[in-house]
Amino acid sequence: MASKVIHALYTDDDILLNAVKETRKAHYHIEEVYTPFPVHGLEKAMGLADTRIAICSFLYGLVGLSVAITMMNFIMIEDWPQNIGGKPSFSYIENMPAFVPIMFEMTVFFAAHLMVITFYMRSKLWPFKKAENPDVRTTDDHFLMEVDLGGHSAEEVSKFLTGTGATELKIVEKESDH
Amino acid sequence: MYTLPNKLKLFAIIFMVVGALGMIGGFLAVPADVEEVKTMMASHDDGHGGGHGDATAAHGDGHGEAGAHAGEDAHGGDAHYEHVLGQLQNRPWAAVYVACFFFMMIALGALAFYAIQYAAQAGWSPVLFRVMEGITAYLPVGTVILFVLLLLSTLHFNHLFHWMDADLVNPDSDKFDKIIAGKSGFLNTPFFLIRAGIFILGWNLYRAISRKYSLKLDETNDPAYFKKLFKFSAGFLVFFIVTESMMSWDWIMSFDPHWFSTLFGWYVFAGMMVCAITVIAMVTMVLKSQGYLEFVNDSHIHDLAKFMFGFSIFWTYLWFSQFMLIWYSNIPEEVTYFVTRIEDFNLLFFGMVVMNFVFPLLILMNSDYKRVNLFVIMAGIIILAGHYIDVFVMVMPSAVGTSWYIGMPEIGALMFFFGLFVFVVFTALTKAPLLAKANPLLKESKQFHY
Repeated sequence: MASKVIHALYTDDDILLNAVKETRKAHYHIEEVYTPFPVHGLEKAMGLADTRIAICSFLYGLVGLSVAITMMNFIMIEDWPQNIGGKPSFSYIENMPAFVPIMFEMTVFFAAHLMVITFYMRSKLWPFKKAENPDVRTTDDHFLMEVDLGGHSAEEVSKFLTGTGATELKIVEKESDH
Repeated sequence: MYTLPNKLKLFAIIFMVVGALGMIGGFLAVPADVEEVKTMMASHDDGHGGGHGDATAAHGDGHGEAGAHAGEDAHGGDAHYEHVLGQLQNRPWAAVYVACFFFMMIALGALAFYAIQYAAQAGWSPVLFRVMEGITAYLPVGTVILFVLLLLSTLHFNHLFHWMDADLVNPDSDKFDKIIAGKSGFLNTPFFLIRAGIFILGWNLYRAISRKYSLKLDETNDPAYFKKLFKFSAGFLVFFIVTESMMSWDWIMSFDPHWFSTLFGWYVFAGMMVCAITVIAMVTMVLKSQGYLEFVNDSHIHDLAKFMFGFSIFWTYLWFSQFMLIWYSNIPEEVTYFVTRIEDFNLLFFGMVVMNFVFPLLILMNSDYKRVNLFVIMAGIIILAGHYIDVFVMVMPSAVGTSWYIGMPEIGALMFFFGLFVFVVFTALTKAPLLAKANPLLKESKQFHY
C-alpha cells in the first residue's frame, strides 16, 4: 500500500529539535529524521529506545576471552607441553602471566570487531548499498523530518509543520514497506 | 555552610579512641626478649611448625644479618628467634606506618586530582572543588605524622627501614652489606629526612596556596586568582610527579633495599589516585545524601565512578606489568620480592587483585550502575579495602615477614587514622561554603550533564 509522507526541511538543529518535540506532542508520527551530523538529544526527543550494542560488545569480549584461553590451554598445556625457556607448562594457571597479553588482545579484538559488524548489520550498511537519502542537502546543511500523514489531511499537517519552523515542505508518495 | 553533625564528631572520636587503644595494645603485646618469643612460639607451634628454616631462608634477602646467621645455624640456636623477635617488634610500628601512609596518600592523591582539574580547566568538577579541598585538609596532619614516624625510624626507635642500621654500611662490621653500602649515597638518614622534608613542604605549600586563592577568588570575584591557581596547579603537577616517584622509593621501596623496580612510582601513584577519587566520590555522596550539595547531580557521580573504573584498570595494568616482567625474566635479585609475597602473603597478594580489578570492572562497567549511589559506595568500599591491602603487602613482607597478621595493632591503627581522617576532613568542610561560587567554570559545572 502506498502511503503519503511529508518531508519537512529545517536549516538549524535547535529548530529541528524543538520541531521534533512539538510534533511528538501533537501525536503526529515521525517516520524518520535525516541530519548531516549527530544532533545531541535527538534520539531522546524522538523517543527512540537505547542501543544495546554495549551489551553485545561485552558478550563478544567474553567470547574472545574464552577463545584465547581454550586455544592456549590446548596448544601450550595439553597438546604439546614443551619446556620453553623454563616456563612452567604443567597447568594453565602456572603459566598464565605469559598468556595474559594474548587473552587481553583477543578480548578487545572480538569485542571491537564483532560489535562493528553487529552495527553494520543492524543499521543495514554495506558496500554498494543504495543510499536512502531523500534529499541530497541533508548531508550538507539541511535537516529533514519525515512525518507520516496517516489519517490527517495534508493541509492540516503542513500548517502545523510550517508553524514549527520548517522552511520547505514536500508531500511524497511512498512505496511503504513497513 | 556545612555544620559538623555531633553524631559524626562522636563517631570519629570513638574510632580514634578505640583505634588508639588497639595501637597501644599492639605495642604492649610485643615480646621483650628471645625467651618470650620461644614460649610464644611453643604455645602455638602449628602456625610455625617446620617453618624455622623457611622463615630465615625466605627473608635472607631482606635482612642481611639474618641470612648470615641462617648460614651459621639454620636450625635451632637463638638466631632464628632473634629474627622473629625483630619481626614481632616491628609489627605494631609497621601497622601504624601502613595505616598512616594509606590515609596520607588519599589526601595527596586528592590534591593531585584537584591540581589536574585546574590545570585541565575541567568544566564538570568545580562544584566538587570544596569537597576536594576538604579532603586535602588531611594532608598537613597526615604528612606531619608520617614525618614523625620516619624521624623515629631514623632515631632507631624501630627497625622498619633495614638500611638505617649503621652496621650495614660499616666495612669493619660482620653485618656489613655490600649492596646497601653501595646505595648509601642515596639511602642515608640525613638525606632521607631532607628529601622527606622537601616533599612534605612542597605539597603542603601548594595545598595552602590553592586553598587560599580559592577562597580569595570567592571573596573578590577577581579572575586573576583563577589564573594564579591555574599556574600554581600546573607547576605543582610537575613537582608532584617527581616527588611522588621519589617518595615511593624512599617511603615504600626502601623497605626492601636489595630490590628495585622502575615503574614502582607509577604503581604507587595509580593506587593513590584511585583511592583519592573513591574518597572524593564517597564524601560527595555522603554530603549529597544529607542535602548539602544540591548542585551536584548524578552525572558528577557518574564521572567520578568512571575515573574510579579507569584508574582501577590503570592500577591493574601497572601491577601486572611489574609482576609479569619480573616473573617472566625470573632474575633472582628481582624475583625474591614476589616469591616472598606469593609464598607468605598468597591470599592477600592475589585477593587484592580481585578486589582492585575484578570487582570494580564488573560493578562499574555498566553506565547505569555508575549513577546508583549504592553501587558506587559498594565498589568504593571494596576498592579502599583492596588498596589498604595493597599498601600492606608492599610494606609488611620486609617489615614483619611471616609474622604478619591482621589483628589488633593493624585494625587499631586503621581505625585510629580513619577516625582522624573523618574528623579532619569534615571539620575542614565546615570552614568554607560548599560551593566555590566565583569559579569561571562554575555555571558549566552546575549544568553538567552526561
